[in-house]
Amino acid sequence: MMSQTNWNLEPSLESAAQIQLQAQYELFIDGKWQAPLSNTYFDNVNPADESHLAKIAWGNAADVDLAVCAARTAYDNVWSKLSGAERGKYLFRIARLMQEKAKELAILETLDGGKPIRESRDIDIPLACNHFFYYAGWADKLQEAFAGQQIAALGVAGQITPWNFPLLMLAWKVAPALACGNTVVLKPAETTSLTALKFAEICQEAGLPAGVVNIVTGYGDTGAALVAHPDVDKIAFTGSTAVGKQIQKACIGTAKKLTLELGGKSANIILEDAPIDQAVEGVINSIFFNQGHVCCAGSRLFVQESIAERVIEKLKFRLQSIYVGHPLDKNTDIGAINSKKQLETIERYIAIGLAEGAEMYQPDCALPSQGFYCKPTLFTDVAQSARIAQEEVFGPVLTIQTFRTMEEVVQKANNSPYGLAAGVWTDKGARIFGLSQQLKAGVIWANTYNKFDPASPFGGYKESGFGREGGRHGLSAYLKFSN
Amino acid sequence: MEILKTYKLYIGGQFPRTESGRSYAVVSPSGQHLANACQGSKKDVRNAVQAARKAQGSWAGKSAFNRSQIIYRIAEMLEARKGQFLEELQALGSDLKSATQEVESSIDRCVYYAGWADKFQTLLGSVNPVASSHFNFSVPEAMGVVGVVACQQTALLGFISQVLPALIGGNTVVVIANQKSPLCAITLAEVLATSDVPGGVVNILTGEVSEMLPTLSAHMDVNALSIAPIEAKLQQKAQEEAIDNLKRVRIFAEPLYAESAQGLPYISDFQEIKTTWHPVEQIAGGAGGY
Amino acid sequence: MLGNLSTPELSSLLALSPSIDQIGTNERITRIQARSIKGAAKMQGLRMALSMIDLTTLEGKDTPAKVRQLCFKAQHLHDQAADLPTVAAVCVYPTMVGVAKKALGNSGIKVASVSTAFPSGQAPFEVKKLDTLYALDNGADEIDMVVSRGRFLSGDYQFVYDEIAAIKELCSTARLKVIFETGELDSLDQVRKISDLAIAAGADFIKTSTGKIQPAATFPVVLTMLGAIKDHFDKTGQMIGMKPAGGISSSKLALQHLLMVKEVLGEAWLSNEWYRFGASSLANDLLMQYQKQLTGKYQSAAYFSID
Repeated sequence: MMSQTNWNLEPSLESAAQIQLQAQYELFIDGKWQAPLSNTYFDNVNPADESHLAKIAWGNAADVDLAVCAARTAYDNVWSKLSGAERGKYLFRIARLMQEKAKELAILETLDGGKPIRESRDIDIPLACNHFFYYAGWADKLQEAFAGQQIAALGVAGQITPWNFPLLMLAWKVAPALACGNTVVLKPAETTSLTALKFAEICQEAGLPAGVVNIVTGYGDTGAALVAHPDVDKIAFTGSTAVGKQIQKACIGTAKKLTLELGGKSANIILEDAPIDQAVEGVINSIFFNQGHVCCAGSRLFVQESIAERVIEKLKFRLQSIYVGHPLDKNTDIGAINSKKQLETIERYIAIGLAEGAEMYQPDCALPSQGFYCKPTLFTDVAQSARIAQEEVFGPVLTIQTFRTMEEVVQKANNSPYGLAAGVWTDKGARIFGLSQQLKAGVIWANTYNKFDPASPFGGYKESGFGREGGRHGLSAYLKFSN
Repeated sequence: MEILKTYKLYIGGQFPRTESGRSYAVVSPSGQHLANACQGSKKDVRNAVQAARKAQGSWAGKSAFNRSQIIYRIAEMLEARKGQFLEELQALGSDLKSATQEVESSIDRCVYYAGWADKFQTLLGSVNPVASSHFNFSVPEAMGVVGVVACQQTALLGFISQVLPALIGGNTVVVIANQKSPLCAITLAEVLATSDVPGGVVNILTGEVSEMLPTLSAHMDVNALSIAPIEAKLQQKAQEEAIDNLKRVRIFAEPLYAESAQGLPYISDFQEIKTTWHPVEQIAGGAGGY
Repeated sequence: MLGNLSTPELSSLLALSPSIDQIGTNERITRIQARSIKGAAKMQGLRMALSMIDLTTLEGKDTPAKVRQLCFKAQHLHDQAADLPTVAAVCVYPTMVGVAKKALGNSGIKVASVSTAFPSGQAPFEVKKLDTLYALDNGADEIDMVVSRGRFLSGDYQFVYDEIAAIKELCSTARLKVIFETGELDSLDQVRKISDLAIAAGADFIKTSTGKIQPAATFPVVLTMLGAIKDHFDKTGQMIGMKPAGGISSSKLALQHLLMVKEVLGEAWLSNEWYRFGASSLANDLLMQYQKQLTGKYQSAAYFSID
């Protein structure tokens, strides 16, 4: 008999050789690449190894003004005059071009943001393409979507996207905006501008009329200028609750329509009759997907006491086959933390968790010496009142609490200012519906977690924001209703 | 000598006097003293929100059909009290014709929204054809406790037009009534108290909007605001206060008494959309999809 | 306490079998299949897979000559390549055990015999017993029995349990593999339940299929069975072996299965003592891939012997 013990996969790096990065990226305004009036650029860093990727234009208020003017002109002269069917065709064309460049987009996304290539290749980019396909088909069916109501495009939409799903969040915002007849000024997050800039190229290649999509890169001040611009009719923001509140404040007294997708501290609940192995896998998906940089991450795990020990044992075992490493490695499950700043935030929360007396578990795995990385982390013996169980960490850090009754777990799950998502694991259908009615959250994943689809509305209750993205409901955010 | 009625607040199904012990005179356009009304305070707002929160779960938990019947019952009760509303409206300055129209429109609006209670879900919800093997559907759900600043132009119709669409969707409400003409609102409370609307589902405060609205809009346990046209400064202040817990704020630019001021959008303004995913097992040899 | 459970005890044991969500199971598999197995890891995997094969012939037309040819192949997979492992066992009908035993001599390759009225299992217990004893008397090292699926589906768990326990007792030192024929079972929940039942009854290995019914060793079925093995190990410390059979004909699939074993059970199972592939055509595909890795050239089937 032959005996083998160690069998380890070798690194399998996706080649980034086909990616031709420019040394410097300008702003995309009115269909052209324009040097920023600010005359300022910022450094873009690869979080996987801290290497320099490119210099990116840092737009100021004057640049934003140019972009908004271009969007307004394009809206007045071109886009608002096109039929829905014609707009739809542009969207279809963009979707197809994105599909054709899927590999390049996936590698760019991973280089720029640190997410595993498996995720950008299999999840982010295909979903982004599908989002354009989905909304392309709505463009000429808007009246059917809102029968009996008078609808019209809003005008110029200002959109601010986060760094965790750069191209996907762009798609969530740009696709429905264009389908509904609006033009767009988009400000991507400062650490992840590259796929938005690539998307600008795709718009050019698709022959999209100049000014319909404008990309103004920069930091928070750039976004603030966009929010403050008087000629913007709509603001769509995905990001932190704190910034969302500032934006809501800035919009008071204006006619701007606002949708916000903000933070979360979502509960993932495992009942004793759950399909336990799939539930454990669901937990892995819920908190370690995209390094935990997910607004709807199931960061609070609630396990019924009768199976808690077994679930934790299984989770710890499962962590042994989670690979933390270079994001371009096809076998990597957890890639790089998006930025040094975010890594510091996560590390601070881990320290808080330890100081609060929770028990921490991290698997014994080596981290790359360069770049920003964090081991998958479990905290057990966590109290509801602990800060790590209340505040959004936005990293691969899971708190585990136990419960005895359903009443108790519903109370604890809802005991949060947030209400973005929740997970429920049980074999009993009646219980799923009962619990999902009780949970105050915009998305309920029953016996699954972290699933997304263009046809499925996404958005939160309470301080997780308002408005929905995706599905027919996602159209409302970009239409004016008048009776 | 006529006995003047003192109109009290309506909180949690009870008619308490204001915690503040203050009242104010309700006068007709000609200056005649019609009645005294309670001048509600911060503490009354607090009590009303507490009552609304307590009632919300079981109100939303009633079947939609049941809520529909309860609202329809209000229409029946209004019809029975028609005379009293007509008198009040006339005392407040309406002529008989417009008073009759307002009462009848109010009754019609009750019937209209009673009919919506078990139907809007079908139109606002959806089954979503996702690409993976999951059943995915979206349903509207009550936001929770809605703070309402009622129409300041009409005494009855505006009130009903704003409160009912929130109510049928499972929300409970705390209403700041028409400041100058609160009589119909409190008479309506008497209707509600003797109908099948559970205590706490509708709570009505009278007094100064400028005194109570800041408390209501800053209250961390209020989920949404429905604000009829009021002074711009007050309105902006309310919007700012609302940010702290990200209340959903619906500002109405026009009063809601117009004939067209009813419909599905008024309901959806106070509904969240909840989307649920569940795996669909693939049975060998079978094929299907939603 | 193996093999001695009363009906109430058996019922409470089976009540503990967790439910299995099929879609979640598929997702776990997709994750494993997305992994990239390259370079030295691939070479090691291919060798490992070769060493885990139960080289099989189970046909009505089997003859001593055919079995002898198969046994030669088992010992000489591809002599053009140096230092290759042999397969783990040769798997035949009871009538061919004697032939195989002699042909394999002291090569170290085991002889596995199917039994209990393979493949249907539709025979009186006395016949199944004789079937098994015949194979054992002729020197079988391993017994691959089939369970009574009809009895299982009709809810007669005690019958199925007792049958396995009785065969296990006959086996003495021979290792018992219990075939479920998962293609005839209704759901992954059933697969899990029968896995728990067979393990409790004394199975040394659990095995998916006879190879006569489609689908056979699908990933969801194998993953579900691995889950039962893992839970049993965590509870008792006792290792149970796993043998997928039927449907795994390419190197890619075999490597993915091995990776699944590594991730679900751990590396302790990565040996032919605890893991087997029931296959006939898999061996040559592994050999062709192995040569491709060595030479960098895509291979032709004409260069690999087909027994």
